[in-house]
Amino acid sequence: MDLSFSAEDIAFRDEVRAFIKDSYPPHLNGKIEEGEELSKEDFLSWHKVLAQKGWIAPAWPVQYGGTGWTSVQRYIWSEETARADAIRLMPFGLSMVGPVIYTFGTQEQKDRFLPGILSGDVWWCQGYSEPGAGSDLANLRTKAERFTGDDGKEYYRVNGQKTWTTMAQHADWGFFLVRTNPTAKAQEGISFLLIDMKSPGITVRPIITLGGEHEVNEVWLEDVIVPVDQRIYEENKGWTCAKFLLAHERTGIAGVAASKRGVERIKTIARSELDEGEQLIQNPFFKRKIAELEVDLSALEFTELRTLAGESSGKGPGPESSLLKIKGTEIQQRITELALEAAGHYGAPYFRGFGEGDNEHPIGPDYTHRTAPTYFNMRKTSIYGGSNEIQRNIIAKMVLGL
Amino acid sequence: MDFNTTDEQTMLRDTVARYLADTYSFDNRMKTVHGDVAGGAGWNPAVWKAFAEELGILGAPFAEAHGGLGGGAVENMIVMEEIGRALVIEPYLPTVVIAGGALKATGGDLADAVIPEIIAGTAVIAFAYAEPQGRYNLADLRTTAKKDGAGYLLSGHKSVVYSAPYATHLLVTARTGGDQRDQDGVSLFLIPADAKGVSRRDYPTVDGSAASEVYFENVAVGAEQRIGGEGTALPLVEQIVDEATAAICAEACGVTRVLHATTLDYAKQRKQFGKAIGDFQVIQHRLVDMFMEVEQAVSITLMATLKLDTAERAAAVSAAKSKVGKACKFVGQNAVQIHGGIGISNELAVGHYFKRSTMIEGQFGSVDHHLRRYERITIG
Ligand SMILES: Cc1cc2nc3c(=O)[nH]c(=O)nc-3n(C[C@H](O)[C@H](O)[C@H](O)COP(=O)(O)OP(=O)(O)OC[C@H]3O[C@@H](n4cnc5c(N)ncnc54)[C@H](O)[C@@H]3O)c2cc1C
Ligand SMILES: Cc1cc2nc3c(=O)[nH]c(=O)nc-3n(C[C@H](O)[C@H](O)[C@H](O)COP(=O)(O)OP(=O)(O)OC[C@H]3O[C@@H](n4cnc5c(N)ncnc54)[C@H](O)[C@@H]3O)c2cc1C
Repeated sequence: MDLSFSAEDIAFRDEVRAFIKDSYPPHLNGKIEEGEELSKEDFLSWHKVLAQKGWIAPAWPVQYGGTGWTSVQRYIWSEETARADAIRLMPFGLSMVGPVIYTFGTQEQKDRFLPGILSGDVWWCQGYSEPGAGSDLANLRTKAERFTGDDGKEYYRVNGQKTWTTMAQHADWGFFLVRTNPTAKAQEGISFLLIDMKSPGITVRPIITLGGEHEVNEVWLEDVIVPVDQRIYEENKGWTCAKFLLAHERTGIAGVAASKRGVERIKTIARSELDEGEQLIQNPFFKRKIAELEVDLSALEFTELRTLAGESSGKGPGPESSLLKIKGTEIQQRITELALEAAGHYGAPYFRGFGEGDNEHPIGPDYTHRTAPTYFNMRKTSIYGGSNEIQRNIIAKMVLGL
Repeated sequence: MDFNTTDEQTMLRDTVARYLADTYSFDNRMKTVHGDVAGGAGWNPAVWKAFAEELGILGAPFAEAHGGLGGGAVENMIVMEEIGRALVIEPYLPTVVIAGGALKATGGDLADAVIPEIIAGTAVIAFAYAEPQGRYNLADLRTTAKKDGAGYLLSGHKSVVYSAPYATHLLVTARTGGDQRDQDGVSLFLIPADAKGVSRRDYPTVDGSAASEVYFENVAVGAEQRIGGEGTALPLVEQIVDEATAAICAEACGVTRVLHATTLDYAKQRKQFGKAIGDFQVIQHRLVDMFMEVEQAVSITLMATLKLDTAERAAAVSAAKSKVGKACKFVGQNAVQIHGGIGISNELAVGHYFKRSTMIEGQFGSVDHHLRRYERITIG
């Protein structure tokens, strides 16, 4: 057992640090720091830089465009990007559908879809949830009926409604869970389809969330025609892909590196804010909360490292990843609570954020003006990706045998 | 011991509740929030007029000699709880509870002149007390009122003054002497909102109200506009802020009651895995814990309200606010959590109750601030 980095690891860290310093798009500086809403172009400009460098998909196998980094190197990478306040890339292509395609897809599907994910030319969204199927995902109703077209080829006709579809307003393509066999048992009759979001019959409607953001959408599918070769894996076996993907989704969700950066930011705020004429960070209550947060974050970090070590020795991410999701999101939420608390009265003004050409200065110190919307927004983390109650059910059943 | 309300108090509650149920729907409220009602941005003047003329509640805590209903802190508690239930954004708290409370406590010509205007709905008052560096310390003031002949010249910057954009008057704390955080040297003034030298930057707040940064530059203030003694107003300011804090605890009781009731209702309706989510024991227990938090918030708010006129006032209020602040967080967060995705959407009322409960946590002092104050008073 050894906690220290090797000389190669340190050289790698320095290389990464220098690369980020030189190549991170300058117009993005400060955006994460101040919790600003990010545009599609913001995400893409960093994505393209990384794609160019060949560092866009550290988790992928080398043959599909991965970096071949060790788990320690991947850990260093996420530390360094968080340390630099770099934008966290959207997970839908890189962390979700990409791994499903290279694991379950045909050669033709890999050739067709993986390059666009890596280059950032194709934006993906995830069409799982429905109004009646949230935690109980297997209850989904959107149906795909198979038919033979006039051209003699096989197609699905898809009808239904998806909801909470993140970034669907920007997406070029979506991966959808649909019911292909209405009579089979819940998890059985489900297929995994890739659908062009510009297909006739798709309507995307915005849902505005608590902080005023447009992040999620309702997606309506009316007689959407999808060629059968856009189905990944076998018909009616989509649940296998869905489960595989969810486990992948959960590992990234712990967000340790970003949370470390978040804790640093809280300290900076608490050094600037005054309380009884002293720095807020000297208030024993506040100081204690930061200390507890740091301790909890260390415990989470080393739990994640143990999980990573297990993965690199061949064990896939198992139900233990639920622990990372629960504790990771709780810590992310506590960070936003503390930031709001530190903002004091200046947590109350509602400031939408800078738009292009908008030069009105926000109310109060810069670090306060998005604290409340960010706090409200981050309540989602214990709900999405399988709610924390569901994660606890998973641990109870799969790990504890209850 | 008697926890029952009098017939008059019960009637007051019923009148307010009925009026709000009939006219203050969530949709109407959101129209007001977005400035879509006549004559107002962030408040509805017609509602205020009805409060004064139809309901007479703006006189609830004032003496009959002034034209009020002869009530006090309990009446404020009753009205504020209903305000919480309906998520009312009109300024009962700063106008009636805070400014009214200060005027009531000191009496005199200013009180005789302004209290009837408050009751009639013509005086709308915002409380400008917080400053960028001051956090929750009421004495931490850089705003000054320098002697100028018989009167004063007021200069300074007040932060996040709720209701200031449409107020007719501002109730302002300022230093007439002493150093930045001294107990002595604090004075309290009631000035017209449009006095020369007053400027504002207005903005909406995250919980649907309107507020301002208010700047004073050599604003001429007459001695007769001072409430309480020169340089000795801090105890009065502490008293009115304690009264306001008890009142906002009552508002929180209303807010959290609705959060709990709505969530309970949702848990009974929403089906996942073939049954209501309320059938899962974890959800049941969470709803039970929320229920217990609300009931205890109601109890401790009542305790603090009944002790406002006693020597235990400060400790009681801090006990209440710290407990209620925790309830706001626990009940608010869990209401959203149990609603799942829908809880995050801006269309549903639940998110707006959560926003208000979150802001109440910090208003007039956070949980930590009040626990510290409680420790200082009771433990030493
Ligand atoms: C901001 C945001 C972004 C999202 N992005 C996407 C996306 O891109 N694509 C997508 O497909 N979906 C997305 N989702 C949907 C998300 O996955 C669902 O919201 C989530 O699965 C919960 O489902 P629900 O909202 O229907 O809540 P429900 O399933 O109705 O749950 C309500 C409450 O009941 C609890 N509960 C339910 N079942 C149980 C049980 N068996 N035991 C104990 N408690 C239970 C839940 O934990 C929750 O607290 C997103 C959601 C949000 C909020
Ligand atoms: C110091 C002491 C003095 C006592 N004195 C007396 C006495 O004078 N006379 C007498 O008759 N008895 C007495 N008792 C017994 C006491 O009433 C029982 O211990 C109690 O009812 C719990 O029963 P149990 O110990 O069998 O635990 P169990 O019923 O086996 O419970 C074990 C655990 O499971 C939980 N649990 C059980 N059912 C549920 C459920 N449906 N949902 C969620 N959780 C559940 C319990 O809360 C507990 O945590 C005494 C016990 C103690 C410890």
